[in-house]
Amino acid sequence: MTTSTPIIELQNLRFAWPKQATLLDIDTFRLEPGQSLFLKGPSGSGKTTLLGLLGGVQLAQSGSIHLLGQDLSQLSASARDRFRADHSGFIFQQFNLLPFLSVLENVLLPCQFSKRRTLRAIQRHGSIHAAAETLLSHLGLASELHQQRAGELSIGQQQRVAAARALIGQPKLVIADEPTSALDADSREVFLQLLFAECQAAGASLLFVSHDQSLATLFDRSIDLTQLNRATRKQEI
Amino acid sequence: MHLLRIALRSLNNRRFTALLTIFAIALSITLLLAVERVRTETRASFASTISSTDLIVGARSGSVNLLLYSVFRIGNATNNIRWSSFEHIAQHPQVKWAVPLSLGDSHHGYRVLGTSEDYFTHYQYGRKQHLKLRAGRIFSNQAPFEVVLGAEVADALNYQLGQEIVLAHGVATISLVKHDDKPFTAVGILERTGTPVDRTLHIALAGMEAIHIDWQQGAPAYGNRKISAEQALQMDLQPKAITAMLLGLNSKIATFALQREINQWRGEPLLAILPGVALQELWSLMGTAEKALFMVSLFVVLTGLIGMLTAILTSLNERRREMAILRSVGARPWHIASLLVLEALTLAGAGILLGVVLLYAGIALAQAPLQSYYGLYLPLSAPTLYEWKLLAVVLLAAILMGAIPAWRAYRQSLADGLNIRL
Repeated sequence: MTTSTPIIELQNLRFAWPKQATLLDIDTFRLEPGQSLFLKGPSGSGKTTLLGLLGGVQLAQSGSIHLLGQDLSQLSASARDRFRADHSGFIFQQFNLLPFLSVLENVLLPCQFSKRRTLRAIQRHGSIHAAAETLLSHLGLASELHQQRAGELSIGQQQRVAAARALIGQPKLVIADEPTSALDADSREVFLQLLFAECQAAGASLLFVSHDQSLATLFDRSIDLTQLNRATRKQEI
Repeated sequence: MHLLRIALRSLNNRRFTALLTIFAIALSITLLLAVERVRTETRASFASTISSTDLIVGARSGSVNLLLYSVFRIGNATNNIRWSSFEHIAQHPQVKWAVPLSLGDSHHGYRVLGTSEDYFTHYQYGRKQHLKLRAGRIFSNQAPFEVVLGAEVADALNYQLGQEIVLAHGVATISLVKHDDKPFTAVGILERTGTPVDRTLHIALAGMEAIHIDWQQGAPAYGNRKISAEQALQMDLQPKAITAMLLGLNSKIATFALQREINQWRGEPLLAILPGVALQELWSLMGTAEKALFMVSLFVVLTGLIGMLTAILTSLNERRREMAILRSVGARPWHIASLLVLEALTLAGAGILLGVVLLYAGIALAQAPLQSYYGLYLPLSAPTLYEWKLLAVVLLAAILMGAIPAWRAYRQSLADGLNIRL
């Protein structure tokens, strides 16, 4: 039974910003454990809002969002924050890192806000530092870079640091929002392969949001947000 | 604990603004503490200008005026006291000792005090400290042309024992009329007291009488009416009038009775004052200025804190990304708010620390010049309880001020969520 609990399950989700037209209207959407899913979303498709809902920083007006079987609307704002810290890792387009912290400190950030991820990192690697170093070297960042200020790294390296940060302590869900848009074609492939490998090793599902259709074939599944979202479909008609 | 670390690193990333803010706070703290110290010390040294004297008697005027010219050597007496009145009061059964004071001449802007040997026995300042000689001896009542120098007079004019000194008539810094026909010789130099005594030249009453002996109607004699110093020595140098007198009584209880007796005496219109009461009266006059100065320094501290507030508030907008990143890794809004309060606390704490260091460095540097030029001694002592309280209040104010950007960041981070594409 537990294995079949979907990582993400949306039902009859409707969301509108105050005094604005309905932005999101999703009938049903599921992300299964261990799956990697490509969500195609051009700008203005409600993509950022959907990520905000999944992160628990906003609440839907109607319908439900279940993450790992937990109904987010049943949780208080701070419990949602804690839930996000415990169970999901985020990678954004660019400037994901706090430039004044070292690479290692950036990777360790989630452990400061989630006991659960700290414990899991320690269980698996002995210490959170060992966990961070292992992840970083798996993602191809040599140990001499670990103490460097994050702001001094190239964008490609920074995105890999962000991936390591999203993966530390093995969250069940990794949400990536256009993480490759600032990379060139070659590093894009390399980055994705590394990301897939690490998500698999951590047993995390991957929700990958991008407007770049060419990447879609690399994923288990691919969905177009404009098709999924009835609010935008109506606009098109 | 880790939040503090992030706050520190974030501040370090903006260190130029941060250092300026810290410096502004530090300077304001230094000013506040310096004003507080100078004010405390001034009051203390002011109150200890004269002690053990029970009554000061002068011609009838105001008590502050009498105190100013007799003790602080500021301003002039409106009238003199007859010598016979002095003798009358000195012989009163309740009077233990009486010291005559005669003022009116000066030397390079320093007042000359004509008095008796008893002055050095009975005049006390601070915690009942007697005047002490640094060099030489006190003058003799029988030697009219001897002078005992206050410490500052000797130091500023670089006078040694044996120095020949010409007194000027009147108290203006530049005097046209000099008693150059009757020069004095320095026989003693007093130790520093931090009181107006340091700025005084002391001569015997006979000397005061001698230099004015040939004066007619407030002007020096000329031609054959002049009386030389040698001739003067042969004459009766008993003064006919003095300016004021200091009285010590047999019993403190008699003070008020004697004060009333003197004030109501029909022989001559006199005024007797209690030095302590008059000092209080005078201080309450100067206290206003002192309070104003303290208020100004408080406002400077407030300005420093507002500068900090401005610096943090302007940084908020460019740090929205920083906040969103922290939110995305699991920071709750109150984490973001405490980050900003910690930032304010760090800036103010560092400012206070630097301010205290600057204060002590300043005192260490300025101690000697302040002492010699202004007679003000600032001790290099640990902060008093009151100073600690002041600092605590400033820190508390900084935390309260930090709550403003904290609240804004809290609201901002709730509205922005994880959206960092700004």
